[in-house]
Amino acid sequence: MKTWLALLRPGDWAAALAAALVVGVSFPLLWTGGRAERAVVRLDGRVVAEFPLSSPRRYAVAGPLGETLIEIAPGRARVLSDPGPRQYCVKQGWLTRPNAIAICAPNHVSLSLSGRDPSHDSINY
Amino acid sequence: MTASTTDHERAIELPVTPDDRRIARYAAAAIALSVAEAALPSPLPGVKPGLANIVVLVVLWSHGWRDAVWVSLLRVVAGSLLLGQFLAPGFFLALAGALTSLAALAGAARLPRRWFGPVTASLLAAFTHIGGQLLLARLWLVPHDGVFYLAPLFAASALVFGIVNGLIAARLLQEHPHDHANPA
Repeated sequence: MKTWLALLRPGDWAAALAAALVVGVSFPLLWTGGRAERAVVRLDGRVVAEFPLSSPRRYAVAGPLGETLIEIAPGRARVLSDPGPRQYCVKQGWLTRPNAIAICAPNHVSLSLSGRDPSHDSINY
Repeated sequence: MTASTTDHERAIELPVTPDDRRIARYAAAAIALSVAEAALPSPLPGVKPGLANIVVLVVLWSHGWRDAVWVSLLRVVAGSLLLGQFLAPGFFLALAGALTSLAALAGAARLPRRWFGPVTASLLAAFTHIGGQLLLARLWLVPHDGVFYLAPLFAASALVFGIVNGLIAARLLQEHPHDHANPA
Protein backbone atom coordinates (compact mmCIF):
# COMPACT_ATOMS: atom_id res chain seq x y z
CA MET A 1 0.00 0.00 0.00
CA LYS A 2 2.77 2.39 0.95
CA THR A 3 4.68 1.74 -2.25
CA TRP A 4 1.57 2.57 -4.23
CA LEU A 5 0.90 5.77 -2.32
CA ALA A 6 4.48 6.85 -2.89
CA LEU A 7 3.69 6.98 -6.60
CA LEU A 8 1.26 9.84 -6.05
CA ARG A 9 2.75 13.31 -6.45
CA PRO A 10 1.21 16.37 -4.75
CA GLY A 11 -0.66 17.41 -7.89
CA ASP A 12 -2.08 13.91 -8.20
CA TRP A 13 -3.76 14.26 -4.84
CA ALA A 14 -5.25 17.56 -5.95
CA ALA A 15 -6.42 16.03 -9.23
CA ALA A 16 -7.97 13.04 -7.44
CA LEU A 17 -9.71 15.35 -5.01
CA ALA A 18 -11.06 17.52 -7.82
CA ALA A 19 -12.26 14.43 -9.67
CA ALA A 20 -13.97 13.10 -6.54
CA LEU A 21 -15.64 16.47 -6.15
CA VAL A 22 -16.93 16.34 -9.73
CA VAL A 23 -18.36 12.87 -9.06
CA GLY A 24 -19.89 13.99 -5.78
CA VAL A 25 -21.56 16.98 -7.39
CA SER A 26 -22.78 15.07 -10.43
CA PHE A 27 -25.02 12.73 -8.43
CA PRO A 28 -27.36 15.31 -6.84
CA LEU A 29 -27.11 17.47 -9.95
CA LEU A 30 -28.19 14.80 -12.44
CA TRP A 31 -30.17 12.39 -10.32
CA THR A 32 -32.78 14.56 -8.67
CA GLY A 33 -34.95 14.69 -11.79
CA GLY A 34 -36.18 18.10 -10.79
CA ARG A 35 -38.33 19.02 -7.83
CA ALA A 36 -42.08 18.61 -7.58
CA GLU A 37 -43.54 22.06 -7.30
CA ARG A 38 -47.30 21.84 -7.78
CA ALA A 39 -50.08 19.37 -7.11
CA VAL A 40 -52.80 19.13 -9.75
CA VAL A 41 -56.19 17.58 -8.96
CA ARG A 42 -58.35 16.42 -11.84
CA LEU A 43 -61.95 15.23 -11.99
CA ASP A 44 -62.99 13.49 -15.23
CA GLY A 45 -59.71 14.69 -16.72
CA ARG A 46 -60.45 18.35 -16.10
CA VAL A 47 -58.23 20.30 -13.70
CA VAL A 48 -60.38 21.23 -10.72
CA ALA A 49 -57.65 22.48 -8.38
CA GLU A 50 -53.95 23.28 -8.38
CA PHE A 51 -51.82 23.95 -5.30
CA PRO A 52 -48.18 24.86 -4.76
CA LEU A 53 -46.41 22.28 -2.59
CA SER A 54 -45.43 24.88 -0.05
CA SER A 55 -47.91 24.92 2.80
CA PRO A 56 -49.99 22.08 4.24
CA ARG A 57 -53.69 21.96 3.40
CA ARG A 58 -56.51 19.57 2.56
CA TYR A 59 -58.86 19.60 -0.37
CA ALA A 60 -62.00 17.58 -1.03
CA VAL A 61 -63.23 16.68 -4.52
CA ALA A 62 -66.76 15.42 -5.05
CA GLY A 63 -66.79 12.58 -7.57
CA PRO A 64 -69.61 10.21 -8.63
CA LEU A 65 -69.01 7.89 -5.64
CA GLY A 66 -68.45 10.54 -3.01
CA GLU A 67 -65.67 12.68 -1.65
CA THR A 68 -61.97 12.13 -2.34
CA LEU A 69 -59.80 13.89 0.20
CA ILE A 70 -56.41 15.21 -0.97
CA GLU A 71 -53.69 16.21 1.48
CA ILE A 72 -50.96 18.65 0.51
CA ALA A 73 -47.76 19.00 2.56
CA PRO A 74 -44.51 20.86 1.87
CA GLY A 75 -42.86 19.01 -1.03
CA ARG A 76 -45.38 16.18 -1.24
CA ALA A 77 -49.04 15.27 -1.63
CA ARG A 78 -51.28 12.21 -1.18
CA VAL A 79 -54.82 10.95 -1.45
CA LEU A 80 -55.91 10.78 2.16
CA SER A 81 -59.20 8.98 1.61
CA ASP A 82 -61.30 7.83 -1.31
CA PRO A 83 -64.64 6.07 -1.60
CA GLY A 84 -63.32 3.63 -4.22
CA PRO A 85 -63.50 -0.11 -3.45
CA ARG A 86 -59.84 -1.05 -3.83
CA GLN A 87 -58.11 2.05 -2.44
CA TYR A 88 -55.18 1.86 -4.86
CA CYS A 89 -54.65 5.62 -4.90
CA VAL A 90 -54.73 5.83 -1.11
CA LYS A 91 -52.27 2.96 -0.67
CA GLN A 92 -49.85 4.69 -3.01
CA GLY A 93 -49.05 7.04 -0.15
CA TRP A 94 -47.12 10.26 -0.47
CA LEU A 95 -46.15 11.41 -3.96
CA THR A 96 -42.86 13.28 -3.98
CA ARG A 97 -41.36 13.17 -7.46
CA PRO A 98 -42.43 15.42 -10.34
CA ASN A 99 -44.89 13.72 -12.70
CA ALA A 100 -45.87 11.14 -10.12
CA ILE A 101 -49.58 10.41 -10.29
CA ALA A 102 -52.20 8.69 -8.14
CA ILE A 103 -55.43 7.76 -9.92
CA CYS A 104 -58.67 7.02 -8.10
CA ALA A 105 -60.38 5.62 -11.17
CA PRO A 106 -63.73 4.62 -9.60
CA ASN A 107 -64.27 8.16 -8.39
CA HIS A 108 -62.82 9.74 -11.58
CA VAL A 109 -60.23 11.68 -9.57
CA SER A 110 -56.51 11.94 -10.13
CA LEU A 111 -53.75 13.67 -8.21
CA SER A 112 -50.50 14.46 -9.98
CA LEU A 113 -47.37 16.43 -9.19
CA SER A 114 -45.69 18.69 -11.70
CA GLY A 115 -42.15 19.98 -11.78
CA ARG A 116 -40.63 22.85 -13.65
CA ASP A 117 -40.76 21.17 -17.02
CA PRO A 118 -43.19 18.46 -18.05
CA SER A 119 -41.79 15.09 -19.10
CA HIS A 120 -42.83 11.47 -18.67
CA ASP A 121 -45.30 10.71 -15.90
CA SER A 122 -45.12 7.60 -13.77
CA ILE A 123 -47.60 5.66 -15.91
CA ASN A 124 -45.16 5.84 -18.85
CA TYR A 125 -43.25 3.10 -17.09
CA MET B 1 4.04 4.50 -57.79
CA THR B 2 7.61 3.29 -57.96
CA ALA B 3 8.55 0.24 -56.00
CA SER B 4 11.59 0.93 -53.91
CA THR B 5 13.30 -2.36 -54.64
CA THR B 6 12.75 -3.26 -58.29
CA ASP B 7 15.97 -5.22 -58.33
CA HIS B 8 14.55 -7.56 -55.68
CA GLU B 9 12.01 -10.29 -56.21
CA ARG B 10 9.40 -8.53 -54.08
CA ALA B 11 7.58 -5.60 -55.63
CA ILE B 12 7.08 -3.38 -52.62
CA GLU B 13 9.09 -3.22 -49.48
CA LEU B 14 8.00 -0.88 -46.75
CA PRO B 15 10.89 0.55 -44.80
CA VAL B 16 10.36 -0.09 -41.10
CA THR B 17 11.94 2.38 -38.73
CA PRO B 18 12.75 1.66 -35.07
CA ASP B 19 9.94 4.09 -34.26
CA ASP B 20 7.48 1.89 -36.12
CA ARG B 21 8.62 -1.22 -34.29
CA ARG B 22 8.35 0.47 -30.93
CA ILE B 23 4.87 1.83 -31.63
CA ALA B 24 3.76 -1.55 -32.97
CA ARG B 25 5.00 -3.29 -29.82
CA TYR B 26 3.11 -0.91 -27.56
CA ALA B 27 0.01 -1.00 -29.75
CA ALA B 28 0.06 -4.81 -29.64
CA ALA B 29 0.12 -4.70 -25.84
CA ALA B 30 -2.77 -2.20 -25.81
CA ILE B 31 -4.79 -4.29 -28.27
CA ALA B 32 -4.22 -7.44 -26.21
CA LEU B 33 -5.46 -5.63 -23.10
CA SER B 34 -8.57 -4.29 -24.78
CA VAL B 35 -9.44 -7.72 -26.20
CA ALA B 36 -8.89 -9.32 -22.79
CA GLU B 37 -11.02 -6.63 -21.21
CA ALA B 38 -13.87 -7.26 -23.64
CA ALA B 39 -14.19 -10.71 -22.06
CA LEU B 40 -14.86 -9.20 -18.65
CA PRO B 41 -18.51 -8.79 -17.76
CA SER B 42 -19.54 -5.15 -17.36
CA PRO B 43 -22.31 -4.00 -15.03
CA LEU B 44 -23.29 -1.24 -17.42
CA PRO B 45 -22.35 -0.67 -21.06
CA GLY B 46 -19.56 1.87 -20.99
CA VAL B 47 -18.24 1.03 -17.55
CA LYS B 48 -14.90 -0.63 -18.28
CA PRO B 49 -11.51 -0.52 -16.61
CA GLY B 50 -9.86 0.77 -19.81
CA LEU B 51 -6.69 -1.22 -19.19
CA ALA B 52 -5.31 -0.32 -22.62
CA ASN B 53 -4.98 3.23 -21.36
CA ILE B 54 -2.20 2.07 -19.05
CA VAL B 55 -0.13 1.41 -22.17
CA VAL B 56 -1.08 4.79 -23.64
CA LEU B 57 0.00 6.50 -20.41
CA VAL B 58 3.33 4.68 -20.33
CA VAL B 59 3.95 5.64 -23.96
CA LEU B 60 2.98 9.26 -23.29
CA TRP B 61 5.32 9.42 -20.35
CA SER B 62 8.35 7.88 -21.98
CA HIS B 63 7.97 8.59 -25.70
CA GLY B 64 5.79 11.64 -25.94
CA TRP B 65 2.34 12.57 -27.14
CA ARG B 66 2.83 11.74 -30.83
CA ASP B 67 3.57 8.09 -30.04
CA ALA B 68 0.65 7.99 -27.60
CA VAL B 69 -1.69 9.14 -30.39
CA TRP B 70 -0.45 6.35 -32.66
CA VAL B 71 -0.79 3.66 -30.02
CA SER B 72 -4.22 4.85 -28.90
CA LEU B 73 -5.70 5.10 -32.40
CA LEU B 74 -4.13 1.82 -33.55
CA ARG B 75 -5.61 0.22 -30.46
CA VAL B 76 -9.10 1.56 -31.26
CA VAL B 77 -9.02 0.49 -34.93
CA ALA B 78 -7.27 -2.86 -34.59
CA GLY B 79 -9.08 -3.71 -31.35
CA SER B 80 -12.45 -3.11 -32.99
CA LEU B 81 -11.43 -5.20 -36.00
CA LEU B 82 -10.55 -8.10 -33.72
CA LEU B 83 -13.79 -7.80 -31.78
CA GLY B 84 -15.94 -7.38 -34.89
CA GLN B 85 -16.93 -3.89 -33.83
CA PHE B 86 -15.29 -1.93 -36.63
CA LEU B 87 -17.59 0.91 -37.79
CA ALA B 88 -20.28 -0.26 -35.35
CA PRO B 89 -21.61 2.34 -32.89
CA GLY B 90 -19.25 1.05 -30.21
CA PHE B 91 -16.29 1.78 -32.48
CA PHE B 92 -17.30 5.41 -32.91
CA LEU B 93 -17.87 5.78 -29.18
CA ALA B 94 -14.42 4.35 -28.51
CA LEU B 95 -12.94 6.65 -31.15
CA ALA B 96 -14.65 9.71 -29.69
CA GLY B 97 -13.41 8.77 -26.24
CA ALA B 98 -9.88 8.15 -27.51
CA LEU B 99 -9.74 11.46 -29.40
CA THR B 100 -11.01 13.57 -26.52
CA SER B 101 -8.72 11.90 -24.01
CA LEU B 102 -5.75 12.32 -26.36
CA ALA B 103 -6.56 16.02 -26.51
CA ALA B 104 -6.57 16.12 -22.71
CA LEU B 105 -3.30 14.16 -22.59
CA ALA B 106 -1.70 16.77 -24.86
CA GLY B 107 -2.37 19.23 -22.05
CA ALA B 108 -1.44 16.77 -19.30
CA ALA B 109 1.96 16.17 -20.93
CA ARG B 110 2.77 19.84 -20.41
CA LEU B 111 2.12 19.80 -16.66
CA PRO B 112 5.25 20.01 -14.50
CA ARG B 113 6.30 16.43 -13.72
CA ARG B 114 7.61 17.37 -10.33
CA TRP B 115 4.05 17.95 -9.19
CA PHE B 116 1.90 15.87 -11.49
CA GLY B 117 2.44 12.17 -12.10
CA PRO B 118 0.75 9.65 -14.40
CA VAL B 119 -2.26 9.53 -12.07
CA THR B 120 -3.27 13.08 -12.99
CA ALA B 121 -2.88 12.29 -16.68
CA SER B 122 -4.90 9.11 -16.19
CA LEU B 123 -7.71 10.93 -14.39
CA LEU B 124 -7.84 13.63 -17.05
CA ALA B 125 -7.93 11.00 -19.78
CA ALA B 126 -10.61 8.95 -18.02
CA PHE B 127 -12.93 11.90 -17.46
CA THR B 128 -12.53 13.32 -20.94
CA HIS B 129 -12.97 9.80 -22.33
CA ILE B 130 -16.45 9.47 -20.84
CA GLY B 131 -17.13 13.11 -21.69
CA GLY B 132 -16.41 12.52 -25.36
CA GLN B 133 -18.44 9.33 -25.41
CA LEU B 134 -21.43 10.92 -23.70
CA LEU B 135 -21.28 13.88 -26.05
CA LEU B 136 -21.26 11.66 -29.14
CA ALA B 137 -24.01 9.48 -27.67
CA ARG B 138 -26.11 12.56 -26.94
CA LEU B 139 -25.54 14.07 -30.41
CA TRP B 140 -25.91 10.91 -32.43
CA LEU B 141 -27.11 7.70 -30.76
CA VAL B 142 -29.55 8.89 -28.09
CA PRO B 143 -30.66 12.43 -28.96
CA HIS B 144 -32.21 12.97 -25.55
CA ASP B 145 -30.85 14.40 -22.32
CA GLY B 146 -31.66 11.05 -20.69
CA VAL B 147 -28.14 9.82 -21.51
CA PHE B 148 -26.77 12.23 -18.93
CA TYR B 149 -28.72 10.33 -16.31
CA LEU B 150 -25.93 7.75 -16.44
CA ALA B 151 -23.18 10.38 -16.24
CA PRO B 152 -22.67 10.13 -12.46
CA LEU B 153 -22.04 6.38 -12.73
CA PHE B 154 -19.62 6.87 -15.60
CA ALA B 155 -17.88 9.64 -13.67
CA ALA B 156 -17.58 7.44 -10.59
CA SER B 157 -16.04 4.63 -12.64
CA ALA B 158 -13.72 7.12 -14.33
CA LEU B 159 -12.57 8.23 -10.89
CA VAL B 160 -11.85 4.69 -9.70
CA PHE B 161 -10.28 3.33 -12.87
CA GLY B 162 -8.49 6.61 -13.58
CA ILE B 163 -6.65 6.36 -10.28
CA VAL B 164 -6.02 2.61 -10.56
CA ASN B 165 -4.74 2.77 -14.15
CA GLY B 166 -2.61 5.80 -13.33
CA LEU B 167 -1.05 4.00 -10.39
CA ILE B 168 -0.31 0.91 -12.47
CA ALA B 169 1.28 3.08 -15.17
CA ALA B 170 3.33 4.94 -12.54
CA ARG B 171 4.45 1.62 -11.06
CA LEU B 172 5.48 0.25 -14.45
CA LEU B 173 7.44 3.41 -15.22
CA GLN B 174 9.13 3.25 -11.84
CA GLU B 175 10.09 -0.40 -12.05
CA HIS B 176 11.26 -0.41 -15.67
CA PRO B 177 12.67 3.03 -16.32
CA HIS B 178 15.33 1.63 -18.68
CA ASP B 179 12.75 -0.01 -20.95
CA HIS B 180 11.16 3.32 -21.65
CA ALA B 181 14.18 5.56 -21.93
CA ASN B 182 13.24 8.75 -23.64
CA PRO B 183 15.03 8.79 -27.00
CA ALA B 184 14.37 12.47 -27.55
